[in-house]
Amino acid sequence: MRHVVHAVLALAAGVALARGALAQAGSVLIPAGTYEPVYRSGQEPGAVSVAAFFLDVRPVTNAEFLEFVRANPSWRRSRVSPIFAEGGYLGDWAGDVQLGARAPADSPVVRVSWFAARAYARWAGKRLPTAAEWERAASVGFTTPDGASEPAYRDAVLAWFSAPTPAPLPAAGSGRANLFGVRDLSDLVWEWVEDFNTALVSGDSRGDTGLDRGLFCGAGAASAREFRDYPAFMRAGFRSSLRASYVVPNLGFRCARSLP
Amino acid sequence: MNSNPASRLALTTVLSCAAALACGTFTGCSPRDTGEAASGPPRADLPIEYALLTAAPKVPDPIIRSTPAHVIVDIEVREVVRHLADGVDYTFWTFGGNVPGVFIRVREGDLVEIRLHNHPSSKMPHNIDLHAVTGPGGGATSSFTAPGHTSTFSFTPLNPGLYVYHCATAPVPMHVGNGMYGLILVEPKEGLPPVDHEYYVMQGEVYTAGRYGEEGLQPFDPEKSADERPTYVVFNGAVGSLMGDKALTAKVGETVRIYFGNGGPNLVSSFHVIGEIFETIYQEAGILPNQRNVQTTLVSPGGATIVQFKTRVPGTFTLVDHALSRAFGKGAVGMLKVTGPEDKTIYSGKIADLNYDGSALDVIPAASTSAAPPPAPEEEGGAPASKEVRIERGRRVFQMACFACHQMDGKGLPGVFPPLAGSDFLKADKARAIRVPLKGLSGAITVNGKPFNNIMPAQPFTDQQLADVLTYVMNSWGNDFGTVSRDEVKAARAGGP
Repeated sequence: MRHVVHAVLALAAGVALARGALAQAGSVLIPAGTYEPVYRSGQEPGAVSVAAFFLDVRPVTNAEFLEFVRANPSWRRSRVSPIFAEGGYLGDWAGDVQLGARAPADSPVVRVSWFAARAYARWAGKRLPTAAEWERAASVGFTTPDGASEPAYRDAVLAWFSAPTPAPLPAAGSGRANLFGVRDLSDLVWEWVEDFNTALVSGDSRGDTGLDRGLFCGAGAASAREFRDYPAFMRAGFRSSLRASYVVPNLGFRCARSLP
Repeated sequence: MNSNPASRLALTTVLSCAAALACGTFTGCSPRDTGEAASGPPRADLPIEYALLTAAPKVPDPIIRSTPAHVIVDIEVREVVRHLADGVDYTFWTFGGNVPGVFIRVREGDLVEIRLHNHPSSKMPHNIDLHAVTGPGGGATSSFTAPGHTSTFSFTPLNPGLYVYHCATAPVPMHVGNGMYGLILVEPKEGLPPVDHEYYVMQGEVYTAGRYGEEGLQPFDPEKSADERPTYVVFNGAVGSLMGDKALTAKVGETVRIYFGNGGPNLVSSFHVIGEIFETIYQEAGILPNQRNVQTTLVSPGGATIVQFKTRVPGTFTLVDHALSRAFGKGAVGMLKVTGPEDKTIYSGKIADLNYDGSALDVIPAASTSAAPPPAPEEEGGAPASKEVRIERGRRVFQMACFACHQMDGKGLPGVFPPLAGSDFLKADKARAIRVPLKGLSGAITVNGKPFNNIMPAQPFTDQQLADVLTYVMNSWGNDFGTVSRDEVKAARAGGP
């Protein structure tokens, strides 16, 4: 009974959003699968099961976030509590409810804290993806199920790491879709995840690798896996450098939903 | 009563706790730390100064203070696109905007406050591990910094010496390979002996997806990095960073000190200056001048050395990694230009250049000199580039490889490397001229009546690059020997050994 109610509510929310002035990001079903964290404690299993879920095909845009800010004045730049967002929150915007040239309407919203991203997701009837969900969605390539061994996909990801962040940012959804139909995962902006701060990274990456030595030695293709997964290491490192109130010029977010 | 062992023990415990608390804030409290840098609470009494930081090859002036200071070191981490070689760009991750990172100079016993600012435009979080730090991670555990944030920590350099610092964020070889390394000199309290010139040179590897000299913005290649097969090995962050008008300079009779570091991330450097001898060397950058008259010194990745020598005669002295394939073909070359009066007793210069009857007059047989193919459009599916463009592209190739032997002026070195300027050997046979850089050439030849007997390896360039560099050589220094097209090189490459 509860499930049915939830499904109806979710449907209703979806209809309401679709009726809004702005098109909300569509989402796709990410089928159930597994995720192998690059940093694990000795007790954790090597692979984590990820249940099927819906993930937005692109990050939240400035225009969408503006709608949220209009509806929720406490998230305006001038009113937000410093506990929930440090200085520089929505810093590319021209004003409290003005986007301006540095924040095109269809570009991903950045300089938002984890608290703000979460509040938006709740307002939109969604939630943030977990790191495991996010990595699961990003594990496939453009055309094959294993992105790490798909040359074109790896090249695209490395090219992003090898180039400075453009200003203003390109439009959300302009990247090439991966096998699941999700765009912009590794070539537009970093993205918040629900549990960004649970990675076991101490700040000194070499020590972390040392902690994992047993795992790496146990795995036959240790070195090969390590260099193939450079992007996964970089994402883990990036997430672990954050605190929930931080706002970063190339950090946005996208939303997810659980299956009804 | 006071001699009661129990109470003595208690008193000792209290005292050592107090000491631990007092020292815990900033200082290391090493037993060696007996002088002015000794314990004492947070050292709020120290005068504050901001470190003057320099970009290579400059070194900050020696420290003239005789007492410790609270030195603030502001380092801004920036991810910037810079020239790696002519026409080749790379996104370097930098401590201070350049590769290597800023040179930091402090004094033994100072209180050094590192403020690591990660520029808002950075893609990555970064941190800093200074090998001069006694403490976990060398500071890395205290300096992990998201883009648009600043981390601060402090340390007391207990051990004078020259130390590497670098980023230690995962994947560490990528952060270091992208340029995140530099040097910090901890001067001993008594200072270092004065010299006429101090220079900062640091070696590092770059792993690009494209081959050496391939133009455009090159991405990092993780597989080459994992295999330790760098595309480039460079001094001070770029091919040619210490060449031409950027060469190090000195006058005859001056003493030169080079603070030489190796960022790695992987290769050991065999540091050598052609035509000089390291008269004093602080091996492995310890503070003891412990050896004299060293020709080549090993510098490990994450290690450094201090070398000194007095210049005696004028000329150009070439800095190399004496693992020579890195110098001739990957970029590890720099120059020290010394001006002043000659001293013919120390070095005469060439006195005579005579034929030697034994061997030198054999001419390489001009085998298979088929007629040059007819000129064809150079660019597939497009208008051929103008001669001027091809000459300019060829100049870049020449400056990446050929100049090291044939010299920038194309005159070569008498008796060793044949001239290209006005070369009858070059002019006489275009097909042969194409084969030389394409396939290599060894053995005795005669150029402009002078014998040469040496080895030139095949050059690892594309057909287009070879055509361009040949066109450059055939139209420079007064040469007017025609042009070479890509198709001619292609045909020669297909034409067998």
